[in-house]
Amino acid sequence: MELKNLNTASLRNLIASREVSAVEVCRSALDRIERFSDLNAFITTTEETAIGDAEKIDRAAAKGEPLPRLAGSIIAIKDNMVMRGVRTTAGSRILFNYKPAYTATAVDRLQAAGAIIIGKTNCDEFAMGSSTENSAYGPVRNPWDSERVPGGSSGGSAVAVAAGMAMGALGSDTGGSIRQPASFCGVVGFKPSYGRVSRYGLIAFGSSLDQIGPFANSVEDAAAILAVIAGRDVNDSTSSDAEVEDYSASINGDVRGLRVGVPREYYGEGLDEDVKSKTETAIKRFEEMGARIVDVSLPHTQYAVPVYYLVATAEASSNLARFDGVRYGFRAEEAGTLKEMYGRTREQGFGAEVKRRIMLGTYALSAGYYDAYYGKAQKVRALIERDFRNAFGSCDVIATPTAPTPAFKLGEKADNPLEMYLSDIYTITANLAGVPAISLPCGLSTSGLPIGIQLIARHFDEPTLLRAAHNLEKALEFESTPPAIQKKP
Amino acid sequence: MPISKVDVEKIAELARLELTNDEIESFTGQLSSILDHIEKLNELDTADVEPMSHCFTAGSDTQCARRDDVTRPSLGQRLAVESAPDNEAGYFKVPRVIGG
Repeated sequence: MELKNLNTASLRNLIASREVSAVEVCRSALDRIERFSDLNAFITTTEETAIGDAEKIDRAAAKGEPLPRLAGSIIAIKDNMVMRGVRTTAGSRILFNYKPAYTATAVDRLQAAGAIIIGKTNCDEFAMGSSTENSAYGPVRNPWDSERVPGGSSGGSAVAVAAGMAMGALGSDTGGSIRQPASFCGVVGFKPSYGRVSRYGLIAFGSSLDQIGPFANSVEDAAAILAVIAGRDVNDSTSSDAEVEDYSASINGDVRGLRVGVPREYYGEGLDEDVKSKTETAIKRFEEMGARIVDVSLPHTQYAVPVYYLVATAEASSNLARFDGVRYGFRAEEAGTLKEMYGRTREQGFGAEVKRRIMLGTYALSAGYYDAYYGKAQKVRALIERDFRNAFGSCDVIATPTAPTPAFKLGEKADNPLEMYLSDIYTITANLAGVPAISLPCGLSTSGLPIGIQLIARHFDEPTLLRAAHNLEKALEFESTPPAIQKKP
Repeated sequence: MPISKVDVEKIAELARLELTNDEIESFTGQLSSILDHIEKLNELDTADVEPMSHCFTAGSDTQCARRDDVTRPSLGQRLAVESAPDNEAGYFKVPRVIGG
């Protein structure tokens, strides 16, 4: 039962017609997770509840009941989203034994749609990182080359889908943490518009930037998952009550007359030659399909990294203040006073990258520095958002590489945090502006590593984005199974 | 603007992180180089720009989300304290607040 060969719609039909059982698909996924355990994609597997849910689907099918849209689909959840009674670590030692008392809305909605939640995936600690090397539970390995990173922070989710351990996965994206691993692992990764998907139950990193989104093997499946999780949630006041359109239907239709904007700032220095050439080839496909290529400019792109590393870290310093040993998780022993307990718990419980960002954010917000740092960053953020609004005056989607390079080697950027931060350059702008963005594979580098192209659209214009991505995907015909996975029986 | 060890110690105190001496050393260097790069923002004149704190404020029709101040069912005390490293009688239990 090869999960990479199934899509969510056809699986539902196969289960409904009793040609395939949900339980057999589930066991096949669990078996696969076991066989590829050296990739370290999962922190927890939820075998019992998954089999139980699969049995429910099979019983419904046996009775001839109509099955929900994602019935039987094996979905993995990044370990920074809570599930009641299931260990949730956020990739951190400080939550090593945390069992939440509630479930994230996005996960609830998936389960209500018949999805089988197979486990919690490994990630950079508190979603802080671009390589999944910052997890307290060991790094995740790229199935295309196990000496390389899968990207981050949602590396485990990307690998789960890339290696056929799940059909879809949820990740979170604050500065590219869905799109960049999707690019490095050769799968589709989608960051919805800010406010499109409820953040209730997503352990917060940067509250004005975070969004939950799907990984999948196809734009069609990403759209199906998005349709299930999107929409207003009374538990998240930042979730929008804007209408949830029929995302699955919106992928249909051609791209004749679609204006594709190519921003010159994303094609300059630091861009790997293979990435540049594969992205440009993909854009030519748009032209062949009748789209119009338009030169645009996003002039404040060069300021995005400093803005992001002030805004995101400031928000993180506030959001992570709750991890203090009082209410959940790790508590340092032998602390004489409350203050000592806080200081030691956080010192021992947090990893280096998390501490670094908390420090930076605390500094940016501290008295005397607030205006010069956080205040300034908020103003430049407004300029970046304005850049997008201006650009969308002359185009409908913007096309860029997702990352400046293909997957780098484990340990390669470990000693240079600033270099790691600079590699987020193409993805962070969409989080700052709140616009939706998708990465889909557009080819392989000369050394056989996946390359992703990113498409960006206007706020809440997921339909145009999905239609553009779906058409491009069909034209590109990318073979998304890593060779090593194909060979292993 | 480079950051000094004393600054780093003060920030660590604010952030309730009991850093080791090695960490203070290495963070001083790393934060300095990051803050150096951040200086770039001063190339821009933003005197007339409204700060953006939220993605809904700019060009969107969605209003700031409010609801009536009415109590709704929530987690409840039992569930709220059950994950605590130490709890007693429905309270979180911690070391004494005022130290020696």
